[in-house]
Amino acid sequence: MTATQTPAVPPPIQPLYVRITHAINAVAVIVMIGSGWQIYNASPLFGFAFPPSLTLGGWLAGGLLWHFAAMWLFVANGLVYLALGLATARFRRKLLPIRPAEVVADVYAAISGRLSHADLSHYNAPQKLLYLGVLITGMIIVVSGLAIWKPVQFHALAALLGGYEGARLVHFFAMTTIVLFLAIHVVMALLVPRSLRAIILGR
Amino acid sequence: MRQRHRRAAVDSDLLLKDAANRLPDPARRLFLRNTVSLGALALLTGCDVTDGRSAEKVLRKISEFNDWVQARLFNPNQLAPTYPDSAVTRPFRFNAYYEESEAPDVDEDRYRLIVDGRVANKAAWTLDQLSALPQETQITRLVCVEGWSAIGKWTGVPLRAFLERIGADLTSKYVHFVCAEGYSSSIDMPTALHPQTQMTLKFDGQTLPTKFGFPLRIRIPTKLGFKNPKHVIALTVLNNYTGGYWEDQGYNWFSGL
Repeated sequence: MTATQTPAVPPPIQPLYVRITHAINAVAVIVMIGSGWQIYNASPLFGFAFPPSLTLGGWLAGGLLWHFAAMWLFVANGLVYLALGLATARFRRKLLPIRPAEVVADVYAAISGRLSHADLSHYNAPQKLLYLGVLITGMIIVVSGLAIWKPVQFHALAALLGGYEGARLVHFFAMTTIVLFLAIHVVMALLVPRSLRAIILGR
Repeated sequence: MRQRHRRAAVDSDLLLKDAANRLPDPARRLFLRNTVSLGALALLTGCDVTDGRSAEKVLRKISEFNDWVQARLFNPNQLAPTYPDSAVTRPFRFNAYYEESEAPDVDEDRYRLIVDGRVANKAAWTLDQLSALPQETQITRLVCVEGWSAIGKWTGVPLRAFLERIGADLTSKYVHFVCAEGYSSSIDMPTALHPQTQMTLKFDGQTLPTKFGFPLRIRIPTKLGFKNPKHVIALTVLNNYTGGYWEDQGYNWFSGL
């Protein structure tokens, strides 16, 4: 009978806080990767450097200034997102449970072109796995970054990650994981343009 | 935040232009222009994004905020990890903004460490006098701003003991170092008083070689390598912010580990 029982407008696929934190995170992550590649190039861990045209800051000092500015944005925004995701139980509803059998079946269905994206409010098993994985990787990259920044003040944390040099490796591979996630994430969004609309406009 | 006494009378735009002109590598000059790309669009929406200098000003402000954060994170009693002799990186890496052959040759006999500023006894020090003071040895990791690190063995006089001996005002804010080749850097007093901050006279048991800063290097295992000045010829205790060679070009001033 009453309006509260049957809302006239269905809730958005992506609530407002998700859309705002997603937009801020996109900017922060791009700045962190571009400046991080600049810093990497000053002393490459492996036998390659990133193309200078893809780096931010012009030289090492510029890259460091960007990196240690955008880190505040990345961490503060990430904490807001995590707090709201946990408080609203969105993480539990959207990302759990993840059943290995479903992951295999959904990946197979996706490859054979039969995976449905009709309901954008429901994540399939590979999506759940990727989103949860990138959330955890995001936490790992912050913690390893903290260990690289402050290997003396947070020496126990650095020791946990294999010392200063170990933390550098963890930080690098966490970056690599996030870049791979981004590649898949962007391709999938372009394949299902309605999802782009949902993450910007909500529905 | 600490009040900094920058070159207040100088027009900041002129100063930035001047700084850009002094930078040796063309890529460094790009710093001013390239910073207007993605990040500037992201962080400075509403500002004139064609003005790279406004982006740089914002970044430098955040860097000063990071100085403040790091000063608060700094625990004066937290020691940097130490390592066994077997962990020392041999050979140790030479690193400077000049070639190894261009490292300054300091005349041992004519060398005097000039002591200035807020200190009671401003007499200059000979190398023999410095060597006669109680020495300590540490095996710690040097972390370069470029990212690489190496473990070295340094021997010398704890800076704290020296500052106490010359009657330095330990409530002052900064200690500034000037080097034979024209390099300079400055540190906060809490770091100067840290038990592992050292006036280094020996490296790996031998007299400090020219490439590692003969005759005197300031070794600070709680700061990045560029805050460990070599060939130090003058030490000043003061309350004014004085920056440093790399700090003036954009490296974060505190650069604590």
